[in-house]
Amino acid sequence: MACFVVSAAEAVIVTAVKKVEEKKELKNVENDIDKHEDVSIPWSRKMGWLTKMLWGGSALLAFEHVWHGEVVPWFPFLTAMSNAEDAAEMFHEMATVGVGMASLITVVWIGMCAVADAIVKRSAKEAVEKATM
Amino acid sequence: MTLLITVFAAVITTVLWYNRKDDSMKLGILLFMFWGASLMWLVDALFEYAELKSAYFTPALEDMINDSFLGLSVIALALVIWVVRLLITDPKGSVRAALVRSKN
Repeated sequence: MACFVVSAAEAVIVTAVKKVEEKKELKNVENDIDKHEDVSIPWSRKMGWLTKMLWGGSALLAFEHVWHGEVVPWFPFLTAMSNAEDAAEMFHEMATVGVGMASLITVVWIGMCAVADAIVKRSAKEAVEKATM
Repeated sequence: MTLLITVFAAVITTVLWYNRKDDSMKLGILLFMFWGASLMWLVDALFEYAELKSAYFTPALEDMINDSFLGLSVIALALVIWVVRLLITDPKGSVRAALVRSKN
């Protein structure tokens, strides 16, 4: 009914946090206070992966809802908002399916970040080993 | 069916991204879009399965055709978003080159 709204809301928050993080990272580079000795992927880049998954997924699911006539181009945009019974059902779906969708994407993203960090660290380690040979 | 079609699109895009020579085609955006939608539809499918049990795997022919049509439309929409973004960001400078050429 409107399950994609939860992921879209998370996308808005993560996009805002990403912008702040990007500014912080840029400031650190300009002031040369980025003392990261180890090789790692910047947080803003990792957050970029999450925002793309959330925005992309929400956009495609929003299209599915338009297809099924659950989202309309006029106020209040969600057909379920027309009566209290449908609205209650919609909120229940958002709390179950919607939260489940946003949670799964976030969990997969956390796994992606861990694997990506491990790959980068392994590459750096191999480069150091090659250099010392 | 929509989930299945989107997962296939996600896997194909991931393989294309893995074999890319450079990042000029910006396949990452398409890849994340398909995987994001696949994960979201997976959750939807799990909830539906919990409700319908084995009946979930025997959909009516009409529903299957509609879902397939929807799946293909979703792929088309994602491809349009990707290609529009590619033309706007113009990482290879092809659009710029074409515009400059036509100006001269």
